[in-house]
Amino acid sequence: MLEARGISLAGRLAGVSALLRAGEVTAICGPNGAGKSTLLQCLAGLLMPQSGAAMLDGANLASLQPRARARAIGYLPQEGEIAWDLSVRNLIALGRLPYRDWGEAQVNAAIEALDLESFSTRPVSTLSGGEKARALLARVLAGEPRWILADEPLAALDLGHQLALVGHLREAARNGAGVVLVLHDLALAMNHADRVLVLDNGELAADAPPEVALDPELIEQVWGVSARWLGERGARALVAG
Amino acid sequence: MTRPIPLLLLALALALPLSLLAGRVWVDPWTTPNAAIILAQLRLPRALLAVVVGGGLGAAGAAMQGYLRNPLADPGLFGIAPGAALGAVLSLLLGLAGGWLLPLFALAGAAGAMLLLALIAGRAAGIALFTLAGMIIASLAGALTSFAISLAPNAFATSEIVVWLMGALTDRGWPDVALAAPLTSAGIALLCLSGRGLDALTLGEAAARSLGVAPGRLQALLVAGVGLTVGSGVAVAGVIGFVGLMVPHLVRPLTDRRPGSLIIPSALAGALLVLIADCACRLLPLVTELRLGIALSLIGAPFFLHLLLKMRRETV
Repeated sequence: MLEARGISLAGRLAGVSALLRAGEVTAICGPNGAGKSTLLQCLAGLLMPQSGAAMLDGANLASLQPRARARAIGYLPQEGEIAWDLSVRNLIALGRLPYRDWGEAQVNAAIEALDLESFSTRPVSTLSGGEKARALLARVLAGEPRWILADEPLAALDLGHQLALVGHLREAARNGAGVVLVLHDLALAMNHADRVLVLDNGELAADAPPEVALDPELIEQVWGVSARWLGERGARALVAG
Repeated sequence: MTRPIPLLLLALALALPLSLLAGRVWVDPWTTPNAAIILAQLRLPRALLAVVVGGGLGAAGAAMQGYLRNPLADPGLFGIAPGAALGAVLSLLLGLAGGWLLPLFALAGAAGAMLLLALIAGRAAGIALFTLAGMIIASLAGALTSFAISLAPNAFATSEIVVWLMGALTDRGWPDVALAAPLTSAGIALLCLSGRGLDALTLGEAAARSLGVAPGRLQALLVAGVGLTVGSGVAVAGVIGFVGLMVPHLVRPLTDRRPGSLIIPSALAGALLVLIADCACRLLPLVTELRLGIALSLIGAPFFLHLLLKMRRETV
């Protein structure tokens, strides 16, 4: 269980509380500057809240050893930086750093889970954007974290790669991991999340299943845009006006 | 993964004995008069010093490039080499350069730069701020060095300082080896300990922290490691630039490109490069022996330019 307990950070978050469950895909949505990435980094233990706390299974993240925290929580930053031209396999093996071993078995499993077998010996500089995103997610999976926290993992991908990556994240949740995603695209949140947290100006405006949290009335209130949902459940599209 | 290590060790094992024989006068161990003394007292300590200094600079360069995630980074960026040079120049200026005094002054200068770096950067500084702090220290130490030179009482003192600053391994002996070898070895060991943290930094600062890297500990390991290797190098050989920049570059393609797995191969290749460059300095038919620091800069600057042009082509 990962919990935000009254997390406040001056000017960015004001008393956000939420309980996240393993096995679910939770989306964090909100306008620019609402505090989505800040909340995610607090939940990953990378930012210390000024008051309140992020709790992992009842223990304050701030009191955990960095290595113990790293084994439990995998974090995928937005930038997707890869400074050196490693092979895909060596990139994925970086996910084993919180452990003492290079985890051949786990690395192989991660390569297989993201269909990267044919790429594993290639240098990362030769990958396309979609392949790189998969390799970076495989890096997180190789550490077998119980929580996967990702900041806009789908933003730079085309539709096909978005759906493929969401599928992989869904698979991880089905295997018991808690998946928390910062998502800009409300349609992706609506169609693929089990639960949506809406942040508005550092405060929690909604914490509910997507159909409820992303209600047109709330979208108007938070984003200032009047919009409505079209289509069937699981394949909805948002149109403005 | 460790492919280049045996190769470099072999090259070093071949180059070291050869370098003992090479010089303005080629030594034949069986016929040259006093060959044993020349080899044991002059050439062997000089060759070992080249290995130690080059090894330290190579390892420090590899670690710095890993830490700054930039293949153009150089150990000089932390301001530690300029700090050590300032210490040495002060000892020459004050006439306190006899025996161990000059190296000790240089080490004190390196330690001062490290302390200042820790004070300015503080505990939670990011890498960008840390680098800027290093550059401030480097330019401050450079200015103070120039100021010290301007205070020199006469032209001889000025020339003594300037020549020392050029960096060389001439007239060094066993005491210099005894000073630099243990300090450099300790420094390389610390840099090796930072290897996993440097590997994690491949993914950026936030991802590295999420993988359990403690940034403060990594920074401390790096400052101490670079301080010991570069500080002791400057203390015994003066300022020798570009080794820390060139060597990791040359070695990287032979490794799996993880920064952590580059440190030892870079140390070996740095040792090899300085050893060969020092031999070349001795062999070049010039009126006075070419200073090692100048020689390496003459090779290094075009190399740096080549790298820049290559990077420009790749980004266009």
